[in-house]
Amino acid sequence: MNLIPVLIAWPLLAAIVVPCIRDKRARGVAVYVGAGGVMTLALGLLAVWLAGGKRDVLLYPETEILDTAMLVGEVLLMGLIVFLCVRHKKYPVILLSVGQTALLLWAELTRPDFTLVDFAAQIFGPLVDMNTELMQPHMRVDCLAMLMVIIVAVVGGLICIYAVGYMKAYHHHHADVQDRSGFFFSMLFLFLAAMLGLVLSESLTWMYFFWEITSVISFLLIGYTRTEEAVRNSFRALWINLLGGCGFAVAIAVASRTVGTTQLSDLVNLSVWLTQNQPALAAVTVVPIAMLAFAGLTKSAQLPFSSWLLGAMVAPTPSSALLHSATMVKAGVYLLIRLAPALAGTMTGNMVAFIGGFTFIAASMMAIAQNDGKKVLAFSTISNLGLIVACAGIGDEETIWAAVLLMIFHSVSKSMLFQAVGSVENSLGSRDIESMHGLLLRLPKLTYIMGIGIAGMYLAPFGMLISKWVALKSFIDADNYLLVIFLAFGSATTMFYWTKWLSKLVSLHHTKEEVHDVTRRDQYVSMSIHAAATLLLCLLFPLVSQGVVDPIITQLFGESYQVLSMGVLTTMAVMLVSVLFVPTLMFLLTRSAHQNYVPIYMGGVNEGDNTYFVNSFGEPEHLYLSNWYLRFEFGMRRLMRPAVYISAGVLVVMLCLIVGGAL
Amino acid sequence: MAKLAKSPWLLHYDASSCNGCDIEVLDCTTPRFDIERFGIINTGDPFQADILLVTGGVNAQSEAVVKQIYSQMPNPKVVVAVGICACTGGVFKECYNIKGGVDTVIPVDVYVPGCAARPQAIIDGVVKALEILDKKRRDYAQARKSGQADEAEGGNEPWNT
Amino acid sequence: MQAVSVILYLILAPFAGALLDGVSRIVSARMQGRKGPPLLQPFYDLLKLFQKQMIAVNSVQMLLNLSYLVFLAIAGSMLFAGADILMCLFILSTADMFLIMAASSDSSPFSSLGASREMMQIMAYEPLTLLLSVGFYLTTGSFHVGDIISRPVSAIVFMPGFLIGFFVITAIKLRKSPFDLSTSHHAHQELVKGLTTEMAGPTFGIMNVAEYYEMILMLGIVALFFLNENWWSWPLAIVMCLLVFFLEILWDNVSARVKWRTMLDSCWIVTLLSAGLNGLILMLIQ
Repeated sequence: MNLIPVLIAWPLLAAIVVPCIRDKRARGVAVYVGAGGVMTLALGLLAVWLAGGKRDVLLYPETEILDTAMLVGEVLLMGLIVFLCVRHKKYPVILLSVGQTALLLWAELTRPDFTLVDFAAQIFGPLVDMNTELMQPHMRVDCLAMLMVIIVAVVGGLICIYAVGYMKAYHHHHADVQDRSGFFFSMLFLFLAAMLGLVLSESLTWMYFFWEITSVISFLLIGYTRTEEAVRNSFRALWINLLGGCGFAVAIAVASRTVGTTQLSDLVNLSVWLTQNQPALAAVTVVPIAMLAFAGLTKSAQLPFSSWLLGAMVAPTPSSALLHSATMVKAGVYLLIRLAPALAGTMTGNMVAFIGGFTFIAASMMAIAQNDGKKVLAFSTISNLGLIVACAGIGDEETIWAAVLLMIFHSVSKSMLFQAVGSVENSLGSRDIESMHGLLLRLPKLTYIMGIGIAGMYLAPFGMLISKWVALKSFIDADNYLLVIFLAFGSATTMFYWTKWLSKLVSLHHTKEEVHDVTRRDQYVSMSIHAAATLLLCLLFPLVSQGVVDPIITQLFGESYQVLSMGVLTTMAVMLVSVLFVPTLMFLLTRSAHQNYVPIYMGGVNEGDNTYFVNSFGEPEHLYLSNWYLRFEFGMRRLMRPAVYISAGVLVVMLCLIVGGAL
Repeated sequence: MAKLAKSPWLLHYDASSCNGCDIEVLDCTTPRFDIERFGIINTGDPFQADILLVTGGVNAQSEAVVKQIYSQMPNPKVVVAVGICACTGGVFKECYNIKGGVDTVIPVDVYVPGCAARPQAIIDGVVKALEILDKKRRDYAQARKSGQADEAEGGNEPWNT
Repeated sequence: MQAVSVILYLILAPFAGALLDGVSRIVSARMQGRKGPPLLQPFYDLLKLFQKQMIAVNSVQMLLNLSYLVFLAIAGSMLFAGADILMCLFILSTADMFLIMAASSDSSPFSSLGASREMMQIMAYEPLTLLLSVGFYLTTGSFHVGDIISRPVSAIVFMPGFLIGFFVITAIKLRKSPFDLSTSHHAHQELVKGLTTEMAGPTFGIMNVAEYYEMILMLGIVALFFLNENWWSWPLAIVMCLLVFFLEILWDNVSARVKWRTMLDSCWIVTLLSAGLNGLILMLIQ
């Protein structure tokens, strides 16, 4: 377990060293080493942990110096934010930052000598054997944390490797943007370090520190190009995430005073215990849990806070990939999954579930109207996170099973899709889905990768769909019919926007435009590993379910739960055979069949080939086929505002009820 | 009828007709004449058609279209020229823009005269075409067995010339 | 027993589907005051299609069409094997994905538009199919077809609303008016033959066989509403399937094709009102 400080320090070191290297080639190598190191260390940690018997490991009970250092760090972060806000004249943001930092400092520095033991004594009266010193670990390695470490390190590391090739091409295309790749890589690594720290933290104050770092780094990454739009979007991301940070700070302040603990699992366990055994006292944990859930909602970009993630698209693709797949937004859902046992059946849980379900359907509808590939991916991220959040809000074994699986599959597929879109953009000079017509003939390798990613997002038998299925079942079991409806309609709209993208890719349209694949080898390495992982996760689905997800459920809920019956697993095998073997077989069959090729039907007026036809003036006209975007029906302009109003209304009213009910 | 083709699908193309014959072709699908009795479907798609029904003489504009549509029909296939214009060019034969009957562009199997051709005559012509279609089908099956199907039937004209 | 039922489905479904298609064409013709084709006309059509020359506009269409057929057959087999109905419906939509890709691969104006409309149709009917399986789960406590049909009381008693909704979306799946947007059995539609425009001869034959599998699958789901543990529910279910099929033909003949917007709106509203309310009531009375 001594690996943990190394694991966090290594990307930190990389973040310091990489920008100091001026030579591009050497810097690339340094990034490879850094990313490879992170992955190796994470896998090493996994090996050590597995060898230790997959135990729930608690670490670092005494960390006074570090605690102080973190407080100083938080003040420095606040200083940085204030400085940047003043420079860009965004004064209201200062209030949020200063407010929460002040609150936290006050909570930490004037913390009364009131611990969980004292709280227990209030309930039971003084107990003799409880006088022992309570262990206050700051870090915890359990199944969920370990899973997150692997996701962050491997997916994040691959994104860093991808970024080396990507940034070269990016600056080749965007000559107007100042080349600050060194800074960019540094931020990527810093992000990984913060994220690793976050998922391993058990103490809320530590978690808060890492939480704030990710907020600030995402702000710096989004503002990379320094254009007016980038600056505006980066500040939007900042204030929304700081708002969530405020919730976090309030939770810490309240929890330390009412129940005397700032340990996440203590808080959750206490809440569960009180609801079951002492419902009259359960109100004390409601406010901190609700505030933490609120922070989780902002971080995972749920409505009404989705706009920051949409604005984050202005940054270079690796940072979007990082924000969307492995880190940032996953921090939000990670926190919510941790909270899930305490959310089950409570009003806070209902609020989270509603917001999640509503976001799922609203975002998937708005995705239909987008023709920018990255925008579609962004909406799809928000929508899928909505589903995960809804599962966490329901908070029983089945839903968490689905949530964890969704998280795994989403991380891998989404990271791959972002990388593929980024590479296509570098080659085509556009990331418009319309310009991807017939991409299969122009950039076949990238198209296959993109196709696997898209299929992984919504087609049977890939994991996303199975998880969705389990989610549906558990929503019914939880008697939440509204979520069932959201899921039914949301699946239909999800299907629509993915299918039309996929059908654009497979159009066999021969154009004379020459396209040069400028994707570099390191980018392909990263994407191929993702593609292989997607396929493997699908193939090994039952093993993933048994070996990874079931232990997580056991640790969170104390008992394991058999979600999938064996019959279903057999079905999976059948489907897999059909997906892999049937098309292959048919491919071989049809290849041997003799076919005569004729032109496509255009009323008999093709002009020589399939790309031109004779128009009514007798002149050749280029054939242009467009997808449906239904902007009037599903456009952002039409849906965004009502969606934000509804979700914000529900959020405010329910938060008021929750907090009011608790007081 | 035992040997006749039982599922001939039509494609109707108006090369330069005055619409007289076209209306009579549509008339065949009405309850009064009901060509679906013979399993005939008026499909609009050359890819799925067996019989190409052309009305009107071929002019400079429609020539390429007739050729292309014909090339998009899978073998075996037959062509029926409906109305006197489609057969020979009719009263427009001497016009500067008319090439003549359909057979100046593609091979025609059955000629249905009349101005406009009566529905009964059209159905009669189509039934005649069925016999030819049946023969072609047998020839095609035989040719396919011997492995030179598309050469035997003349194949598809190179469509991009 | 399961294996027998699956094999029977795989062998008989195309024949039953073609026969029903023949019946529907005669019934339609009679409704329009015509005599109509012979009963076995669909068989003649299929036979002809498989005898024709293989022409194509690209090399992958045949492959994708075959995948469509195979996936439909798998989906149907799952239903007739008594397996999970939700899984069956998911595979059904995966099958549809292959049809859409087959049509899009042509990159031709008519088939691309047809493919887009097919997507729209899926979007219109998919909520109901998902809710339908939810309804069965709420009524019988299981997603398994085997459990659903071995209850003492038919599911229709608890879920009449779902049957109404399912009737509406069956019109989409059987490509009947008013919802035959993507491709139609009738001549003269605005998109030529919609998404099947570039499918010729054997390729189109495969597509037709797949549609027959789908037809039997849909009617099988209708039967699920009526089947219970008693023997007499089987003839009842068959009669009801035929009735539903007849009503679909009637609806086909008395209505005009609608625009996609009307289809989407009406299907979603019907889904919410029928399946949504019915499901809510089921959940409340539990």
